[in-house]
Amino acid sequence: MSIMRLLGAEVVAVESGSKTLKDALNEAMRDWVTNVDDTFYVIGTVAGPHPYPVMVRDFQAVIGRETRHQVQQQAGRLPDALVACIGGGSNAIGLFHPFLEDSEVAMFGVEAGGEGLATGHHAAPLCDGKAGVLHGNRTYLMEDPNGQIIETHSISAGLDYPGVGPEHAWLKDSGRVVYDSVTDREALAAFHEVTRVEGIMPALESSHALSYAARIAPDMDKDRIIVVNLSGRGDKDVHTIAAMEGITI
Amino acid sequence: MSRIADCFSKLADRQRTALIPYITAGDPQPGVTVPLMHALVQAGADLIEVGVPFSDPMADGPVIQAACERALLHHTSLHDVLDMVRKFRADDTETPVILMGYLNPVEVWGYEDFARAAAAAGIDGVLTVDMPPEEAGGLTAAFRAHGIDAIFLLSPTSSDKRMEIISKSASGFIYYVSFKGVTGANRLDVKAVADKLVEVRKHTDLPVGVGFGIRDSESAANVAHLADAVVVGSVLVSKIAGLTGTPDAIPGALADTLSEMRCAMDGIVAGS
Repeated sequence: MSIMRLLGAEVVAVESGSKTLKDALNEAMRDWVTNVDDTFYVIGTVAGPHPYPVMVRDFQAVIGRETRHQVQQQAGRLPDALVACIGGGSNAIGLFHPFLEDSEVAMFGVEAGGEGLATGHHAAPLCDGKAGVLHGNRTYLMEDPNGQIIETHSISAGLDYPGVGPEHAWLKDSGRVVYDSVTDREALAAFHEVTRVEGIMPALESSHALSYAARIAPDMDKDRIIVVNLSGRGDKDVHTIAAMEGITI
Repeated sequence: MSRIADCFSKLADRQRTALIPYITAGDPQPGVTVPLMHALVQAGADLIEVGVPFSDPMADGPVIQAACERALLHHTSLHDVLDMVRKFRADDTETPVILMGYLNPVEVWGYEDFARAAAAAGIDGVLTVDMPPEEAGGLTAAFRAHGIDAIFLLSPTSSDKRMEIISKSASGFIYYVSFKGVTGANRLDVKAVADKLVEVRKHTDLPVGVGFGIRDSESAANVAHLADAVVVGSVLVSKIAGLTGTPDAIPGALADTLSEMRCAMDGIVAGS
């Protein structure tokens, strides 16, 4: 948040509801309908009312196009598997979209398993949610039997959302993409391993994808190519991780 | 003729503007809602709008969001709301009841099953705030099959095309949102409402109710001259918020506020 302020943004905290990302979206929409004459609504993920999911996908698809270009340059062929973390799903759809027609490329979307799917404390609507409507799109949601949206849990703020972009819901139903989850603990272990071994500090969001890549890699031949989307850097997460591990900075 | 159409037709004969109070069902606790509905009718409500509590009421301001949160503390569900209306109907078979809520609880229940249950409970109209009219065909068909009116919102930003689509899907009445914003905001501009209502009435012969931002007797009276119905919500709900410790006092307190508005709308000076 300090960085956002340094860059000139006014950051407004959300005080309503459960005070999480979904409530911030509610407040953003309220502000938008109030100031619609001179305000644009901009969303950082592929959810929300049409045409936002399509717009954000098309912007994010530069990730997949660049991946396609580079992997062909370096390996002379397409990758065997793509792995990306999914909150709303923008980095994942950006990576996947330019490869959707290439049936030889397997795709894995990794949701936040939180404390484990069985505990109910997670943010994995594709793995353990039901269809519903929220924020102007019909998709998989974390909801109770009466259709109330329930609170989510993830170590990673960027994945802590009860819905998911509607195109992911469609890709799940069509079977084109495999959706699975990684727990807080597994993501944190991946964060530490990649930081120490590679000297690259991944965001906690991206650490979910890295953990999943490590899960599927042992079952693949050594010459297979997996592309993991390292969608964010972990500098922003240092305080969260220190607090969790009882370290005083 | 539906109970809503019948109500508006009788009011038109008497040249009286309808007064529609909004309360959130189950706020602040489930037992309050039915007695409160009867008290509102006694105080001059012509129709009643019952809010279905939702975890993410995007079109509502802080007052109604807080009401939803109070109701959800008791897990007030859409099924519970129908039960409340069924109880209300045991003693009042005349006053139309409209549900206002968000799509997901209806989506989860299923359009057809919900419409059948709502009609059986005595509900006359349903307004699903976040259902776009362009995609509402299945829902309005289910409502129509069970004699429930589909209420839609129009706003200052509604285009001619939107007004045309909504005038074809809507029945009962049209709900005009008086300003750009959420419920309870203080942004009412009576002149702007008057101008837009001229446009709206070019597209529909249905009665037009005006809501969002009717805060007191004066604004109710000003809007009553323009509209077929005045919808009052946040001002009533904020009174409930102040009386959560003494729920028995809620029906009387809201009835007082509503009858002041009723008198102002009818041109009767209170106390004279």
